Formats: sequence, structure tokens, C-alpha cells
Amino acid sequence: MKASKVAQYGLLTALALVLSYLESLVPPLWVPGVKLGLPNLAIVFALYRLGWRDACVISLVRVVLVALLFGNGAALAYSVAGAALSLALMGLLKRTGKFSSVGVSVAGGVAHNAGQILVAMAMLETARLAWYLPVLWISGTIAGVLIGIVSGILVKRVPEQK
Amino acid sequence: MEWLKTHRNDAILIAALLLAGGALLLWLGLTRQAGGFAQVRIDGETVLELPLNEDAEFVLGEGEHTNTLVIKSGAAQVIAADCPDQVCVRQGAVRYNGESIVCLPHKLIVSIEGGGSNGVDGSTG
Ligand SMILES: [Zn+2]
Repeated sequence: MKASKVAQYGLLTALALVLSYLESLVPPLWVPGVKLGLPNLAIVFALYRLGWRDACVISLVRVVLVALLFGNGAALAYSVAGAALSLALMGLLKRTGKFSSVGVSVAGGVAHNAGQILVAMAMLETARLAWYLPVLWISGTIAGVLIGIVSGILVKRVPEQK
Repeated sequence: MEWLKTHRNDAILIAALLLAGGALLLWLGLTRQAGGFAQVRIDGETVLELPLNEDAEFVLGEGEHTNTLVIKSGAAQVIAADCPDQVCVRQGAVRYNGESIVCLPHKLIVSIEGGGSNGVDGSTG
């Protein structure tokens, strides 16, 4: 791996961590551990700049580091499920070539929230959390639009390192 | 709008997701019924079932894992807890069938059940 690529990895992981920290400052609204998905900004950027595999690595490193630094076991299970579902869907949509970073990030945001809720439902052995699904569905869509627009601008503006 | 022309698929995806979310929310809202009782589960086991038409106050759990549950005017609410995140307290009162209060640190779920025609409130013979 080239030194410049290592530097980009480090930078994006750091950005994802900062966003996770910022997000952890906002009190969870309905279900503990369920978040808006701000770190997805760094992941979407990595997806477009470096590729799907690299985005997966950065996402995994972020999830594990967040759990070690300021998380708990339950939050780790949520974020792994959310991140995995989100990355799978974003990779798929990007490959079709029919969507811009906005569509890709929206799908990722919704998948992120849906994955978290599904794991929470399984862990708490209740289907009652289905109530939260539409709310998080809509908030994931809105957050996804914002993140998609910002990361699209970043991919254009931030000079590529060779 | 210029953006819509160049991002037609994105716009369709966003609209479809918002519509689906809105429809789900609307459906849940329209079909909601006032609940009959509050079911309290700790670690997956049902420990209490409290009728919503009787005002009451309970301290659930033991030691340093307690949540204070209040039943008042047909609604259930956790008014105090010693969990670290206080999410259960912030969730406020629940009264409709299927609504719930979750305290993940204490593995506690209070869910509203038994509303509508098969209510257990005893007001219908
Ligand atoms: Zn709590």
C-alpha cells in the first residue's frame, strides 16, 4: 500500500470517528443506540474516492474503534448491522451507475437505520420497535440527501492524491 | 429545477422512500387504538401486566437497576431511572396499542397491549 493511500485511510477514519463523536453528543431520541448516521459522510466519500473495499475497511475500523472508545456491546451490534447493510446496498446502487452520490447515500442512510432497528428488535425479542421504523426511515432519507450532497461536493473539490 | 433533470433516478428514489415512510407512518397512525394494559418485560420475561385504567406507581427492577413506572389517565410513563442514558425517561408517555418504552441498559420493555375490541379494561360487558 502506498504511503499516500495510508494517509487517506487515516484521514478518513479520523473524520468518521470525529463524526461519530459529534453524533454521540446528540441525545438518542427514541431507541438507545440508534443514530442518524453522520459518519456515513466519510464512508460515502471513501466509496467514491477509494472504492467499495476500502470503504468497508474504513467502516469496520470505525465501528470497532467507536465501540472501544465510547460504546457498549449493544451499540456495537447495532452499528455493525447498520453499517453492513448500508455498505452492501450502497455498493450495489453505485455499481448500477444509475444514481449519483445522493441516491447512493440515501439508500445507505435508510439501510443503516433499518439494520439497526432490525437488530434491536431481534435483541430485545420484540416486534414493537416497528413503530420506530417509519420515523427512522424518513430521518435516514433526509440525512442521506444532505450527506450525499456534501460528499458529492467533497469528491469534486478535494484534490485527488496520487 | 436543473438538479431534477440530471438526477432523475435519485429524485425517484428519494420520493419513493419518503412516500413509503409516510404511508407506513400514516397506516400506523390511523390504525392505532388506545391500549388496555401495559406489559412489563425484563430480559425477555413478562414480569407485570398493569391495566391502564388504574392509576398506579411502580418501581421496577432491583438494586441499581430501577425504573419508576407511572400509570396515569390511560398512559404509561417512566418518570425516573438510574440507567446511564435516560432514554426511557425521555421517551415520555405511551398510550396506544403497540407503543413501547425501551430501557436497553436495564433490558426493560414496557409495551402497550390489548387495546380495541379485546380490551381488558372491563368497561364493556
Ligand atoms: Zn433507561
